[in-house]
Amino acid sequence: MGIDLFYPEYEIVRDQNRCIACRVCERQCANEVHHYDNDLNLMVSDTSKCVACHRCVSLCPTRALKVVKSDNTFRENKNWTHDKITEIFKQAQTGGVLLASMGNPQDFPIYWDKILINASQVTNPSIDPLREPMETKVFLGKKPDKVERDENGQLVDNLPPQLELSIPIMFSAMSYGSISYNAHESLARAATALGTYYNTGEGGLHEDFYKYGPNTIVQVASGRFGVYKDYLETGAAIEIKMGQGAKPGIGGHLPGEKIVGDISKTRMIPEGTDAISPAPHHDIYSIEDLHQLVHSLKEATEYKKPVIVKIAAVHNVAAIASGVARSGADIIAIDGFRGGTGAAPTRTRDNVGIPIELALAAVDKRLRDEGIRNHVSIVVGGSIRCSSDVVKAIALGADAVYIATSALVALGCHLCRTCGTGKCNWGIATQKPELVKRLNPDIGCEHLVNLLTAWNREIKEIMGGMGINSIEALKGNRLMLRGIGLNEKELEILGIKHAGE
Amino acid sequence: MKRVFVNEKWCLGCHLCEYNCAFANSGVDDMVKALKGKQINPRIQVEGDNNINFAVSCRHCAEPLCVKGCITGALSVKDGVINLDSEKCVGCFTCVVSCPYGAIMPGDNGKVAQKCELCLNNSCGEPACVTGCPNNAIVYEERG
Repeated sequence: MGIDLFYPEYEIVRDQNRCIACRVCERQCANEVHHYDNDLNLMVSDTSKCVACHRCVSLCPTRALKVVKSDNTFRENKNWTHDKITEIFKQAQTGGVLLASMGNPQDFPIYWDKILINASQVTNPSIDPLREPMETKVFLGKKPDKVERDENGQLVDNLPPQLELSIPIMFSAMSYGSISYNAHESLARAATALGTYYNTGEGGLHEDFYKYGPNTIVQVASGRFGVYKDYLETGAAIEIKMGQGAKPGIGGHLPGEKIVGDISKTRMIPEGTDAISPAPHHDIYSIEDLHQLVHSLKEATEYKKPVIVKIAAVHNVAAIASGVARSGADIIAIDGFRGGTGAAPTRTRDNVGIPIELALAAVDKRLRDEGIRNHVSIVVGGSIRCSSDVVKAIALGADAVYIATSALVALGCHLCRTCGTGKCNWGIATQKPELVKRLNPDIGCEHLVNLLTAWNREIKEIMGGMGINSIEALKGNRLMLRGIGLNEKELEILGIKHAGE
Repeated sequence: MKRVFVNEKWCLGCHLCEYNCAFANSGVDDMVKALKGKQINPRIQVEGDNNINFAVSCRHCAEPLCVKGCITGALSVKDGVINLDSEKCVGCFTCVVSCPYGAIMPGDNGKVAQKCELCLNNSCGEPACVTGCPNNAIVYEERG
């Protein structure tokens, strides 16, 4: 076996005084960390296999378990950190590209946490959302340039197709395959109950979920998996995925061993074949090409559905968004570099893309400067973690937000970031039937509905504090924001003043 | 009447219900004190294999064979719930062999039988297997 260079990053601490050897931890761990030792008459744990997913901790009936970060340490310094050293060990042993899950974890600024929200005092009244009406409904889609009237003076309905959201939050794209059937069902049912939308991701739409079509956004990505007429017609909107925040410029690869049964059928590819999404769409090399695809999809659905174009937040995102707005898209979705993924090359995830806050501010300003802001709605994702992030995003100019990681956390995800192993103990990022059934959609749906209901209450509370009674009045209202600890350039890009100004 | 129902689709075979049952009927207020170092003898038991699992406890049958077979009148039906009076039970275990579900078993001391009484006669007040189930696989509800 040679030399084992790795000491486990996390350690299981078992309080043997509390452990009743019920073996729930053993039965619930797909990584086979725990087992009962017949000689010792004790439960023992192999810490080296632990991914810190907390399934055992959460289910232990006597609170006998906890997971702690190992204090075993290299002689590290600021330059040669633990991660940098172990990554070299890994690559020296395997010769492979490092892979990682979920969004960019590096110590880059999180601008949400450096922005403060305003409130009314004396000169303008705040509003109590429990006593007065407060509107959180939003419509996404292209808005007409002007009001038109016919010869009789009657209004002409020139409104292009819109998505109607009861709350300015949607569930963003996660494919069936990358997440489980039960996770998809939870999202679909929750979106329906909440009056918002979830997104199929690029893996097609399972036939059982066509009934949730009115609350479904169907995605068309570079692999075109599962795309056909009924699929396009079932969704409330169609999203063209050009990029993903966690891995801008990179395609996707779902290994053949995960393409089994219903996933193969839903993706419309043979069982056991790798599902490879190319990095680019092979028919899109320009805004004109994108224009063609947007209009092909509109033609296929008789111009009844808005088309979303999703792009990753990269350096010249404002110019790209301007092009997208001119391609005929109704909605632009921008995904920041903290957006999640089941698997991405570590170097790409950690070094490519920009924060969504800056991208959003830049895109909104660019589109306003060019007089085409009303041609598209802007939806942002890439780590919206709480209701105040939503409020700040809307005040920076977003029409709505996309959440995915937050939604998965509501379903039980503990961000252990080992989605790629397919052994998700919470039944989310796995296709193993015995693990998938750990996520009961009755519970999953309830948790998602609870989460967004709670966020919506908080959004109303914060808006009321500002004396604002609708999302519409908050949108792009950057005067309600102040930066803290930001430099001139950052404030300029965000288009906000510093606290105290 | 509300009964305990099991949905095998969501049963994970984690066996937590067995431990919650044993604790609920132990009369002790701390699970560690009640169960540490002991072989549990729960009134609900998980059956199954790696593919499918389900917890089995008393069905509270409308025409219970156990009550019919009881030679001392220890088993009786009250408001639809089959109760066992351990003072009257003589441990003949006719009920144990007559229950088609295997839901009655000898108690801890081996001298009298024990069965699920829906936690109505212990300190829980509602079935501990239901409240402790992590995946809603065991439910306590009225069904037609």
